[in-house]
Amino acid sequence: MWKKILFNPWTKRTIFVLCLVPAALLLLRGFEGRLTANPVEFIEHSTGDWVLRFLLITLGITPLRKIFNQPLLTRFRRMLGLFAFFYACVHLSMYLVFDQAFDLKGIWADVLKRPYITVGSAGLLMLIPLAVTSTAAMVRRMGPKNWQLLHRLIYFATLAGVIHYYWLVKSDVRQPLMYGAILTLLMIWRVRMWTAKKPAAKPEPVPASVSR
Amino acid sequence: MLIRKPAEFRYSAVTPKEQYLNRRRFLAAGSAALGSLALPLSALATMKLNGVTKSSFTVNDKLTSKEDITHYNNYYEFGTDKEQPAKLAVNFRTSPWTVEVGGLVNKPKTYDLDSVMKLAPLEERIYRHRCVEAWSMVIPWIGFPLNVLLKQVEPNAKAKYVAFQTYYDPKQMPAGRYAGIQLPYVEGLRLDEAMHPLALLTFGLYGETLPNQDGAPIRMVLPWKYGFKSIKSIVKITLVEKQPPTTWNISAANEYGFYSNVNPEVDHPRWSQASERRIGELFKVKTIKFNGYGDQVAGMYAGMDLRKNY
Repeated sequence: MWKKILFNPWTKRTIFVLCLVPAALLLLRGFEGRLTANPVEFIEHSTGDWVLRFLLITLGITPLRKIFNQPLLTRFRRMLGLFAFFYACVHLSMYLVFDQAFDLKGIWADVLKRPYITVGSAGLLMLIPLAVTSTAAMVRRMGPKNWQLLHRLIYFATLAGVIHYYWLVKSDVRQPLMYGAILTLLMIWRVRMWTAKKPAAKPEPVPASVSR
Repeated sequence: MLIRKPAEFRYSAVTPKEQYLNRRRFLAAGSAALGSLALPLSALATMKLNGVTKSSFTVNDKLTSKEDITHYNNYYEFGTDKEQPAKLAVNFRTSPWTVEVGGLVNKPKTYDLDSVMKLAPLEERIYRHRCVEAWSMVIPWIGFPLNVLLKQVEPNAKAKYVAFQTYYDPKQMPAGRYAGIQLPYVEGLRLDEAMHPLALLTFGLYGETLPNQDGAPIRMVLPWKYGFKSIKSIVKITLVEKQPPTTWNISAANEYGFYSNVNPEVDHPRWSQASERRIGELFKVKTIKFNGYGDQVAGMYAGMDLRKNY
């Protein structure tokens, strides 16, 4: 049954629409004048949150796929990743337009002087090659090995996003720590997979001196 | 919006007499009963202040809306999100209220709120308010200079600083547990700063008593300093000899100094202080040193290195 649902084109379309809901809600709030007293900050924080959520959901696809043996889940991964990129673009645009008013000198000074801006912009820059190479044609052109290697950047981009958030808050760090905890769990799962795989793929004789 | 007729709610049937004689608590109980209608009702919890005179200590900037002043608050005892205090402080009890004024003074005294308010005529002063987070507002406060109260208790020759303390009750302020800062909130001023005519002991805004989320029933307003120096819901004022500890300085000494005068030349370690977003406007404007009050206050810091004494 799950396979059928995952394969149904309407499932993907539904998820696509769901991914647009946070943006639609922001627009709706905007029309209703409910973007709080500081709309720029509200949109920045809201889209920033969604970047991290989409990155973590994207990183959750592989573990879910393996744990529940549902290879079709991969069908949604690119779309989810691209939505993370989409919200990151809105997030960045707000900063560039309203916080800095396109003042290139001010932006550069911010990137150099403010660690949370440095690490945030680094994470955002890492997402660009991932978005550019997200098409099937690019996978073919790069070859799956290189493509996969490049797309490991998402680990660092997400980590950068979590640190960016953690360094921004003044004292209540519960939310960034929660994102950090989820990322840690997702990475622990991966490290365990990689280390568990190795002996199976390349069985190496264990020297007698270090075997237990 | 649907406003139901009060007759449908018979408070006498559900509220003990002792409670419904107390206006604030009466309203709070009503708010809770009305649920989603809590916000319009809580607005009634503030009362008009009479006999307020206009002060010459006023700027001509466009006022920030009352809606924004009361729904964009940093009051960590009631949550760390800006919109939380307006909701979580609805039931905060501000009556009865006493302020203990003591320490190195000749005449220590514990005042109830009414007797403090009677010490001097109330003035309306439109001040700029600059938060350390690089946003700002323009607020019509109501109060009188703190020096009126300090002169009453007669600080003695040893008194060099004034320490303030905010009320803290984890039962009424359950969000305080997650504030990430040490509570009760404490602040401090040098005695000359505290005696400065701009240092306003504040009881109201926009013609009425302070809304709970804005520091009811009594707070400080120090327009040349970052907002966190303007301590809210004060219960204790103590004159001391040594520089008293202050909450944000305890939390991160390299980010929040004792003086915390508005200064575009000295950045917060994590963000720039060169500009600010005036709430209600989209683009930022340049921040002015001492928030534009340099003419009146700069003299107090003559000869001090403001990079070191941030």
